[in-house]
Amino acid sequence: MIVLSFFKKLKEKITHQTESVTDKFKDGLTKTRNSFSGRMNDLVARYRKVDEDFFEELEEILIQADVGFDTVMELIEELKMEVKRRNIKDSSEVKSVISEKLVEIYNGNEKEDSSLRYGKDGLTVILFVGVNGVGKTTTIGKLAHRFKSDGKSVMMAAGDTFRAGAIDQLEVWGERVGVPVIKQAEGSDPAAVMYDAIRAAKSRGADILLCDTAGRLQNKVNLMKELEKVKRVIEREVPGAPHEVLLVLDATTGQNALIQAKTFKEATDVSGIVLTKLDGTAKGGIVLAIRKELNIPVKYVGLGEKMDDLQQFDADRYVYGLFADAIEEEAE
Amino acid sequence: MAFEGLADRLQSTMQKIRGKGKVSEADVKEMMREVRLALLEADVNFKVVKEFVKKVSERAVGQEVMKSLTPGQQVIKVVKEELTELMGGEQSRIAVSNRPPTVIMMVGLQGAGKTTTTGKLANLLRKKYNRKPLLVAGDIYRPAAIKQLETLGKQLSMPVFSLGDKISPVEIARQALEKAKEDHHDYVLIDTAGRLHVDEKLMDELKDIKELAKPDEIFLVVDAMTGQDAVNVAQSFNEQLGVTGVVLTKLDGDTRGGAALSIRSVTNTPIKFVGLGEKLDALEAFHPERMASRILGMGDVMTLIEKAQANVDEEKAKELEKKMRTASFTLDDFLDQLGQVRQMGPLDELLKMMPGANKIKGMNNLQIDEKQISHVEAIIQSMTSDEKTHPEIINANRRKRIAKGSGTSIQEVNRLLKQFEDMKKMMKQMTGFQQKGKKKGFKLPFNPF
Ligand SMILES: Nc1nc2c(ncn2[C@@H]2O[C@H](COP(=O)(O)OP(=O)(O)OP(=O)(O)O)[C@@H](O)[C@H]2O)c(=O)[nH]1
Ligand SMILES: Nc1nc2c(ncn2[C@@H]2O[C@H](COP(=O)(O)OP(=O)(O)OP(=O)(O)O)[C@@H](O)[C@H]2O)c(=O)[nH]1
Ligand SMILES: [Mg+2]
Ligand SMILES: [Mg+2]
Repeated sequence: MIVLSFFKKLKEKITHQTESVTDKFKDGLTKTRNSFSGRMNDLVARYRKVDEDFFEELEEILIQADVGFDTVMELIEELKMEVKRRNIKDSSEVKSVISEKLVEIYNGNEKEDSSLRYGKDGLTVILFVGVNGVGKTTTIGKLAHRFKSDGKSVMMAAGDTFRAGAIDQLEVWGERVGVPVIKQAEGSDPAAVMYDAIRAAKSRGADILLCDTAGRLQNKVNLMKELEKVKRVIEREVPGAPHEVLLVLDATTGQNALIQAKTFKEATDVSGIVLTKLDGTAKGGIVLAIRKELNIPVKYVGLGEKMDDLQQFDADRYVYGLFADAIEEEAE
Repeated sequence: MAFEGLADRLQSTMQKIRGKGKVSEADVKEMMREVRLALLEADVNFKVVKEFVKKVSERAVGQEVMKSLTPGQQVIKVVKEELTELMGGEQSRIAVSNRPPTVIMMVGLQGAGKTTTTGKLANLLRKKYNRKPLLVAGDIYRPAAIKQLETLGKQLSMPVFSLGDKISPVEIARQALEKAKEDHHDYVLIDTAGRLHVDEKLMDELKDIKELAKPDEIFLVVDAMTGQDAVNVAQSFNEQLGVTGVVLTKLDGDTRGGAALSIRSVTNTPIKFVGLGEKLDALEAFHPERMASRILGMGDVMTLIEKAQANVDEEKAKELEKKMRTASFTLDDFLDQLGQVRQMGPLDELLKMMPGANKIKGMNNLQIDEKQISHVEAIIQSMTSDEKTHPEIINANRRKRIAKGSGTSIQEVNRLLKQFEDMKKMMKQMTGFQQKGKKKGFKLPFNPF
């Protein structure tokens, strides 16, 4: 392919390329962070010059990560401006400004705390929403496991009464992690399930109730209305709830995720994102655009199908991961 | 935030060209930039976009676009033709083995829609081809995956073969084939667990199933919302398994679906079906042309252009444009326009086809009141020719007379005059070449570019 010359060029630009360095870059997303800024510096240092080519390659890396064209252009403009604003001539200084800026891509100036909001006293209710097949039910299972390991008393509500086998799926997770599931028959009103579940959670004195919902595409007006109703019931039954409305996004999703975030936010006032399937080769870069345009923070990332495959979101590590892969590919 | 379709994107370039009256190579370059952005926003992989744009540019710089009087339309036409061609013809045939049962294997990433599509295919096979499929529960990993397929089987009143989740999928496939022969099933549909294309162990498992079951079809199921990574996924599955067809699911959403193009261009495998809902009858043949329109975010603009060409008098259109530019557009011209637009078909349908219409809030539920349009016509027809060319002379008395003459109300007359005034203002702006075709409301003087 014509464009592969990009990779070749990038490779040429990598000045020192030793095994150990490449290894260090490998687990961008999954390994513990050792000085993100330092590694970012390394990354930038691999370029001999910060010139138009450099920015163009940055652009392609980001687009390939599904960041989205507009956001990419904004970011690149910002980077260029910053270099200009500080009137930097020295190339090594330019590089340090850029790595600094890249760290800020996600956070802006203030650092977002990715921890969840809990009820002041008593029950915390977390509602999960999203389009079909993104990983809502699985994420609930993983989070239940996490809370349970932290010594919390957890319950789950089987609010997907529509999809074949959805209730059974949540029940399997319930057994797996040892958490009770409140359910009704397939086809029943999800709002009624929530009502029941809240009653049960209150009477059993549970700390946390995780509410599953059926996947729905955001352009289905009726299904979005149904979701609003589910949320209203929760609001009515527990003051201050739902304490979090987590939109689950599949990292393989492209630009449509932005519309998903916008529409689900309008319907249910989404408070955070869980970005799943980051164990694949997709990066879910659209969360940068979502963060910029809608100011919804990512709270967790999904890294597999097992109960431990959930991590709290770390912006530095995430942004690093956007680039690490491209570099790694080059090095091969 | 809004994703502009290609037609919207080309509008500002077109205005510039109209000012000069000639298309230069630089203009084509600018148009190609817009093509590139439209495709990127539609999630077509950036490498695929680059190659595609290069190809289209070659055609565009040649005679086709630069010599055209309507270069904007021409670019769209070329882009759409190329896209359609790239996506291949309609190929919704399903293989038939001459040694039944015909075996179909479903593969893909987690949550793409394999299990649901297995149910849909079984439904289609029975309904359309009168076949007797056996569903095979080959996903032993995902919680309740077997239960899910069994539920679908129950809904369809079709048998589901399962050995629980303790037996290997290869063994399940083997026994399922035996069972199918015994029970005279002519199709065997094997559902498999979702897996990452980079998961070697699980990819090997698929290879083993393939080795054993010798499927006649291997369908790669892909979520239409997939972004840039679609190329990696499709390429990898294809290289490792030899995919025979693609099913694109969740197209009932509002994604542009550029992944379709990415997948096609790396696998060269036909997209056979699209999923249009969660229900078991929501499976349709893939239409490359519709997909091309969708990717370009232009509704069915080709139909619209064709209709416009068939109905709009070239001479009149040119005259009109001149009038718009010199702001000598009158109520008579308005009436004329209205007539021409109405000839094209029901208004609400036309509007839906219009580029950018999908962005207008409530567009989907929009009902254009044809009666209202007739009222507008009646009002204008009740005016004297002086009034039509100089609406500013229409005072209260005249309004009363016009309302009476047209059988409408003074309010309606007022509203029309106000709308006309607004429209004239808008035209001035539009022809001022700055405006980036982004006006709210009802843009009547229909003029694609
Ligand atoms: N590799 C990987 N797979 C995941 C991850 N999270 C979920 N999955 C898988 O994705 C598929 C769909 O997950 P579900 O939890 O059923 O998704 P959902 O959003 O509840 O789906 P619906 O209820 O049908 O809308 C399953 O096969 C999960 O095992 C993840 O982080 N990584
Ligand atoms: N709206 C819509 N939803 C779909 C379509 N196809 C599948 N789904 C939904 O997408 C979700 C995932 O579908 P599944 O059939 O479970 O996907 P899968 O590929 O079998 O998932 P795994 O087995 O976990 O890998 C479910 O909620 C389905 O109802 C479609 O064409 N349109
Ligand atoms: Mg679910
Ligand atoms: Mg499945």
